[in-house]
Amino acid sequence: MSYYLHFTFSKYQNMKRQELQVAALRNGTVIDHIPSAKLFEVIGLLHLQEMHSSVTVGYNLKSKKMGNKSIIKVADKFFSDDEINQLSVVTPNVTLSIIRDYEVVEKKEVKMPEELIGIVKCDNHKCITNNEPMQTRFHFLGKERGTLQCHYCNREINLADVKLV
Amino acid sequence: MENRSLVTIANHSREKIEYLIRMAQEFEKHPNRRLLEGRIVATLFFEPSTRTRLSFETAANRLGAKVIGFADPKVTSGTKGETLKDTIMMVSNYADIIVMRHYLEGAAQYASEVSPVPIVNAGDGANQHPSQTMLDLYTINQTQGTLENLNIYLVGDLKYGRTVHSLLTAMRHFNPTFHFIAPDELAMPEHYKMYCREKGINFVEHQDFDADTIAGADILYMTRVQRERFTDLDEYERVKDRYLLKRAMLSKAKPNMKILHPLPRVNEIEYSIDDTPYAYYFQQARNGLYARQAILCDTLGITLEEIINDKTIIK
Repeated sequence: MSYYLHFTFSKYQNMKRQELQVAALRNGTVIDHIPSAKLFEVIGLLHLQEMHSSVTVGYNLKSKKMGNKSIIKVADKFFSDDEINQLSVVTPNVTLSIIRDYEVVEKKEVKMPEELIGIVKCDNHKCITNNEPMQTRFHFLGKERGTLQCHYCNREINLADVKLV
Repeated sequence: MENRSLVTIANHSREKIEYLIRMAQEFEKHPNRRLLEGRIVATLFFEPSTRTRLSFETAANRLGAKVIGFADPKVTSGTKGETLKDTIMMVSNYADIIVMRHYLEGAAQYASEVSPVPIVNAGDGANQHPSQTMLDLYTINQTQGTLENLNIYLVGDLKYGRTVHSLLTAMRHFNPTFHFIAPDELAMPEHYKMYCREKGINFVEHQDFDADTIAGADILYMTRVQRERFTDLDEYERVKDRYLLKRAMLSKAKPNMKILHPLPRVNEIEYSIDDTPYAYYFQQARNGLYARQAILCDTLGITLEEIINDKTIIK
């Protein structure tokens, strides 16, 4: 089922139904091509539940490329590269559009940062990070390897198996 | 302040390893000194390890330092719920250096990040045990006269054995050929084999453990196959005696071959081998003293030159 958590403007009512999936944003950021299963993790990672500006969330939308996708639009918010790159652990293929005055002024891709602090949980229950009040820290070992390595216990985790803190 | 802690030697350069070996050689010549007089070494053993603790405490005592600490985690506040950070912060008020053994992996790295004084990792769970690796390297160099181009046979538990993993990574500078001999359940993990391929380390895997297989060995590094490592106890019963070293298996050994073992040994090396010139595990343990004296001094910022010119030697 598709539904919106925000209302579209009436001036778009004549537009094609497909276009209606994305309500217009004057200034802000559109995060597109989110696998629907990952939507709520993206919301959590970007702390969208704490935002005061309007946030539009499209869930289970039809997509030619993905079959099914989700989309988030955040008004008046421009994320830093560090914030954006956190998404790489859960949704490496999302696209971000920076909107200014209704125009897409910049497209950004998510890049895996070399280091992830306080984001990923170590799956080694004997790791110090799971037994001490402290932040986790992981190093990205490169695309070919496709793993993250715990800075503390050295355990390697496949990107597909990553769990968030 | 530069963090001089020793958490792992996995990232040590060839030069740094050779430097520490040179230092340990000085301590082998003259182990008794007053080089650390006035210093306090804390030994915090959150997990009991009598062998390692005695070795570190002997190293500190023979250099004139005073030792404080605990050998039994039951007496510490950790059991009352104190965090590792709080314990480290408290002890760092008293000691110049902290030698720490912990049951959690990564504990030493974390301690080194929060501690105002250097931390020496005396083993953190299944993760790292750098002083063991240093004494292994020292012993290999001592018995072979070099670390270069050696055939090193690793036998027994190659899956969980942190000593064999650390040795593997530390030897990468010296063009070794490793031979892995282990039951399937305890085989060398794939990521270490991948590490070997990435670093260009030669390795061969063997199914058999007999006189012919080990005939080419310079170093035969034995470890214990432990029952509790097996999920399938039938499998344990099948393989447990296959990785025991018997005296008859040494018939084709090279004259320079030495048998090492991190100890404690249970039955994996036949006792009659102790009398052969190949047995070297007790000397290896003694080398732990010199390696740990070098580690304590290096971690406290004392240089090789100062050790060579040391006027505090007790003869």
